[in-house]
Amino acid sequence: MPTTPSFPKLQSELAIMAVFAAAVLTMPLWMAPFGAAYPDLLQKFAIYGIFAIGFNLLFGLTGYLSFGHAAFLGVGSYAAVWSFKLFTMNVLPAVVFGTLVASLFAVLIGFVALRRAGIYFSILTLALAQMSYNMAYSVLTPITNGETGLQLTQNDPRMIDHMFVDRGAGLPSTNLFGLEMSGYPGFYFCAVVLIIAFFISLRIFRSPFGLKLRAIKSNQTRMGYTGFNTRPHLLFAFIISGGFAGLAGSLLAITDPLAGAERMQWTASGEVVLMTILGGAGTLVGPLLGAGLIKYFENIFSAFNDSTLHEIFAFLPDGLESVVVFLVSPFVGEGWHLTLGALFMVIVIFLPGGIMEGLRRLSRLVRRPSAGRADQPQTQEG
Amino acid sequence: MSDDRNKLTVSRRGLMKGSVVAGAALATPTFFTKGAYAATFRNDPTNSPTVTFGFNVPQTGAYADEGADELRAYKLAVKHINGEGDGGMLNTMKPLALEGNGVLGKKVEFVTGDTQTKSDAARASAKRMIEKDGVIMFSGGSSSGVAIAQQSLAQEMGVVFMCGLTHSNDTTGKDKRRYGFRHFFNAYMSGAALGPVLKDEYGTERRAYHLTADYTWGWTQEESIKNTTEALGWETVAAVRTPLGAGDFSQYITPVLNSGADVLILNHYGKDMVNSLTQAVQFGLRDKMVNGKQFEIIVPLYSRLMAQGAGENVKGILGSTNWHWSLQDEGSMAFVKSFGAEYGFPPSQAAHTCYVQTILYANACQMAGSFAPPQTIRALEDFEFDGMGNGPTLYRGADHQCFKKVLVVRGNENPTSQFDLLEVVKEVPAEAVTYDPAIFGGELGPYEVS
Repeated sequence: MPTTPSFPKLQSELAIMAVFAAAVLTMPLWMAPFGAAYPDLLQKFAIYGIFAIGFNLLFGLTGYLSFGHAAFLGVGSYAAVWSFKLFTMNVLPAVVFGTLVASLFAVLIGFVALRRAGIYFSILTLALAQMSYNMAYSVLTPITNGETGLQLTQNDPRMIDHMFVDRGAGLPSTNLFGLEMSGYPGFYFCAVVLIIAFFISLRIFRSPFGLKLRAIKSNQTRMGYTGFNTRPHLLFAFIISGGFAGLAGSLLAITDPLAGAERMQWTASGEVVLMTILGGAGTLVGPLLGAGLIKYFENIFSAFNDSTLHEIFAFLPDGLESVVVFLVSPFVGEGWHLTLGALFMVIVIFLPGGIMEGLRRLSRLVRRPSAGRADQPQTQEG
Repeated sequence: MSDDRNKLTVSRRGLMKGSVVAGAALATPTFFTKGAYAATFRNDPTNSPTVTFGFNVPQTGAYADEGADELRAYKLAVKHINGEGDGGMLNTMKPLALEGNGVLGKKVEFVTGDTQTKSDAARASAKRMIEKDGVIMFSGGSSSGVAIAQQSLAQEMGVVFMCGLTHSNDTTGKDKRRYGFRHFFNAYMSGAALGPVLKDEYGTERRAYHLTADYTWGWTQEESIKNTTEALGWETVAAVRTPLGAGDFSQYITPVLNSGADVLILNHYGKDMVNSLTQAVQFGLRDKMVNGKQFEIIVPLYSRLMAQGAGENVKGILGSTNWHWSLQDEGSMAFVKSFGAEYGFPPSQAAHTCYVQTILYANACQMAGSFAPPQTIRALEDFEFDGMGNGPTLYRGADHQCFKKVLVVRGNENPTSQFDLLEVVKEVPAEAVTYDPAIFGGELGPYEVS
């Protein structure tokens, strides 16, 4: 493998991974002050983190904006639930099956959509994903169970499980060799998968393959003129990205064995685009931050109501408290989309590089307080 | 070379064997810990001065209006259980164990969530309530798909789910769960109640065309209504499925005109029903004569909120409903009075069922003398009560379905106020809509879950 000076040494990668793993695994501790330290939300952080990392491998590196990534998420979920229904409640086959089926699906969609670039590619992926969504609701209902969602039932075959144990009275739960995958064990499982996914993403970012993808982003035509066939590389990136989404989808099914078609809706595809741009497209950690932020808003902000607000602002004098609560309340509860939209606009206008650019600017400010504002234009990674 | 290959196969087999053994070993403890359930249960409030209920309703999407009204009812129920306000149905419910000081001496608090009328979002929100907020019971409704998804979550997590508005036969049929309870009526009952009225009004020679919301509720309602009308001698021309939240139904309504049908049955609810009915009327369906008969539209599941949304268009249209605020029994009047005093307008049927469910759950805890789900569930099963607005009611233990009066209603031709939109045509007694629980199959599952 050719090594160029710009590729950091193994030690630095190990250090990054160690810090990252520590941060992810201690989430139940440092998320507690934010009111987010409960298994379901932590699982969502990890799962959508994987989804966003995968999306970023495509969008961040090649610049191809897929507007239909939720389709892979949905396909992964359905495949995983079918693995639970047909074979075993063990999660490993479900993960493999979900990722594999989503990757195969990505081969199909990628083969068609990658014939075009730019806006046409986005529209193609959007159309294909919306088609999958509508099919899941109509002709494919025997496989997807339509609006009701695919669920486990008492009389599923579960061939492998039933060779070893008898049917219990209730529905079985998903497990990793007997360890139940709900609550914190489920989170740690997702966290370990996230760490592995992050490592793969890190390796791709710093490999010659990643460099080629970035070259495609900067000028695909020039790549073509130098006699370099970009299509296979793009397709490969698309498949990896789809596989990551399928992996995330199967994890969703593992922590909660139910798959609904709404996972494939265009709003879900849009969400991952938001996550990536909010965090910083083309950066390693950015999409993760974006995913965390959006899921936090969706789960915590949306549950605020007037009484919670009154509690928060109880330190203010009475009259002022009511005014503040009145002003803030449209932005929480049902209005969380409004807050998210406003935040998104602020970030896109003032920090085109997302949260990561914000952090970079901050760190520069801290390091050179005098030079602070008069900085040169940002150079963005990727 | 051959040695290498040998090594590989051995190690692979070893790995598989090892993992099976490890799996069995890890699974063993779960067989022993299951018996320990009776002593502890999830979110046991024994050491806390309060108990928390979770109210998970659609605040966005096609059923948002219903969700908002449900939330109002939940808040009112909590007030009454805690002994605040005028007590509402606590004054009329018989038998009543609650004492107006919370449940088992603990004050009731609540948290809310948005289901977005999506199974995924509903389960995420419910999990937040269970894992973070420590709710002992959660409730909510408006979409049967979402209700069924939450009900199975309830069984998995061991926390009771009191269904709000859900009308699918599956909720207490093939998807019933030990931890889920439904007070609301279902599609089968709608069919049984509507049948005789349809026969009187529209005769026995009709050709019906169904437009059906494409999910569990729509499917079962279509089936139940079809069974009823075909038993009357009606012919079913076609049954077309429409996506939930479609918004524009014109592409589905145009073919009705040329199908030779003379009755349109709208298996829609919420904003979907408002849209499809309005468009059907705008297309002039009701002014047509087909097969020598006046064209009619039927909305099997009606609600006052929908009637409000559809305005003029509901006039004269038949349907069924669980409850209506104009009922003159003691319980209904008490509820309408306290709801009106609190919010300034009468409650919807969704609000009624959610209010009643909350009171019933609290009452069951009080009766059982415990918050432990197995005891509470046993207290609710086969519980008979009166004074909650629908006459004498039975919470059948075999499928957790309530049996009570069903109302057949018609869109009011001359409304006296903006709320006086439905007139009650007939109160169908409980016996006429009771059925054998075996016809829908399904299994409740165990009382105690790990």
